Amino acid sequence: MALSLTQNRGTPVDRQYFTWREMVQTPISKLDDDAFTRVRVILMNGVELEAVRFGHTAARRNLQLRVPLAEIRRVEHQQATMVNWLLGADHSPLETTIAYEQVAIEVTAALARREPDPYIAANLRFGLLEDFDHLYRYSALLDRLTGMDANNILQCYTDILPGRPTVIEHRAPPDNVRRPMDKRAAQTLSKLHALTITAGEQQTQNYYLNIGPTFADPLARQLYAEIASIEEQHVTQYESLLDPSMSLLEDWLLHEANEAYLYYGAMQQETNPRIKAVWERMLDYELGHFNYVARLFEEHEGRDVQELFPNDLPDPFPYESNREFVRETLAREVDLRASGTEIVPLEEDPDSSIEYRRQLNADGSPSERVAENYRYTSGTELNRLGAAA
Amino acid sequence: MQDASTRITLQNRTGVQRSPQDFQDMLDGMEEFQPQLAEPDPGNDGIAEVRAEYISEQEPLGTIPPPATPTGMAKSAMKMLTGNRMQVLVDKLAERLAFERTGTRLYDALIAKYETLYAGSTLAGRGDGNGADADDYDGYVSRETLVEVRNQEAEHFMLVADAIRRLGADPTAETPCADSVGVQSIGLVQTVSDPRTSLAQSLNAMLTAELADNAGWELLIQLAESLGQDEMADQFRDALATEARHLQMIRSWLTLLVMAESGNAPAIVR
Repeated sequence: MALSLTQNRGTPVDRQYFTWREMVQTPISKLDDDAFTRVRVILMNGVELEAVRFGHTAARRNLQLRVPLAEIRRVEHQQATMVNWLLGADHSPLETTIAYEQVAIEVTAALARREPDPYIAANLRFGLLEDFDHLYRYSALLDRLTGMDANNILQCYTDILPGRPTVIEHRAPPDNVRRPMDKRAAQTLSKLHALTITAGEQQTQNYYLNIGPTFADPLARQLYAEIASIEEQHVTQYESLLDPSMSLLEDWLLHEANEAYLYYGAMQQETNPRIKAVWERMLDYELGHFNYVARLFEEHEGRDVQELFPNDLPDPFPYESNREFVRETLAREVDLRASGTEIVPLEEDPDSSIEYRRQLNADGSPSERVAENYRYTSGTELNRLGAAA
Repeated sequence: MQDASTRITLQNRTGVQRSPQDFQDMLDGMEEFQPQLAEPDPGNDGIAEVRAEYISEQEPLGTIPPPATPTGMAKSAMKMLTGNRMQVLVDKLAERLAFERTGTRLYDALIAKYETLYAGSTLAGRGDGNGADADDYDGYVSRETLVEVRNQEAEHFMLVADAIRRLGADPTAETPCADSVGVQSIGLVQTVSDPRTSLAQSLNAMLTAELADNAGWELLIQLAESLGQDEMADQFRDALATEARHLQMIRSWLTLLVMAESGNAPAIVR
């Protein structure tokens, strides 16, 4: 069943509140909960953080909407808290990183498979192969630094293999900026996808920037520095797909619609009843936000939200392993590069990006060093090598 | 070689004696703004109250997966059902497995530090430098010794994985005790992998690891015996003997380093 944004008006904004005890619940189980429960927790945290960042940027550029933005932003912040605090402390930062890359791979693949616009789909697949490589590099780090097995987090849903090598993912800034969609012509699903993936990548960039320096090992610190810089490129890539001519309120509405859409999908598919109840409550809050912003939109722009959104949103994407799709994409597209706004064959890799990589990697490449001869082995590579050091 | 971290300088700014006037100002401020305050009551305060709230929810880290292989399933599951809680053994085995694996990686990091700081030298002690024998760990350490110890940790990991397999359980599964010991190990990894920690500071972390490991093996042997796993217990006794030598090596090496650093023993690098 599809979600209607206006039929159910959700929880009124003035009745959306939390106690600290509600925000800080007992976390999910790292061992017993399905990996996709963790995927949803991480994705929805990213989406809430995007809501907060958007709200702040908007407030700096608009006087009239500052108070309503602050009203909604307080709730989004507390939602972000409630959602993100569902991760338990037995997830080390590096294990959480493995989980972030699983989110990046499985969510990007799910969006790419359903994306109606071929250009946006190609961009999603392009980014997918890069995040896929990050998982491989971080898994090598987890194994070689701590003796831990990334698959305890991934639960066999996601392959641990090289993708487009991280060492060559670095590009000159113009090669990360894509063509925007046209808000009038683009399908709703494309808008939701572009915003979702932007939110996910932005959260990942921030996470790596924050936790990178908490590592003692120098190669771990270098690897986080390197991959964070790719996440910055991904944010640049994906946000540039969005139409910059959206008005502030159009953009705000899109954010609220996307949050509702994603919580709806999370709620539908959640296997942990306690977490399902969280998604259900968050969905009601987001519907409340959407309808609150819809009134502002009608008031300020004199237009009806039905112009922007269909009665029923598209069906949510499935949370499932995309192994075959990722492998096919890997086989076909690993050698693609980006030149300006276009995804191009290897031969057209622009000199500007090649030169940038040469300079950046001149003292050695962290992602190459960490994964030297690394082949994933269940139970860590010590299981294969034994005592042969 | 003098350890850079035992130099005396005026650079350390952390203590109040570095800033006596500012410290006095802080005390005066507290006197002015917080003059009356009851003494805290640790164990019976806000922290304890909130901890109790969450503890009483009794949500575990996770559970132990059932045995999967047919023979193991038959044997172990039967015992689980008859009240002989074999899963406790599986959980503790998985804990040891996780710890030995991390231990191997700890030695990898230690070897890198040792190699960089003391390449080509032997740290002197009273033994003959041949680390293969228990008594010879008494101070002499070479790269070869460290590699040998590292490999023994890896062998112990394989030994435990094998024991788990023989019970019909899955050695790749992370059990609650394995998860918990992973959390404990993070500080050890952080200490040894930090390029700024000295060899002695790294050995201090290794001492914590080896002390815990020895106690872990002792408990595991006792548990295996109590559940009738005599062959397993025998194998583990050999592992414990090896771990006891590791502990002895780390302890004596750390002692030598610290004593030499304090001027109470001859220089230890030759």
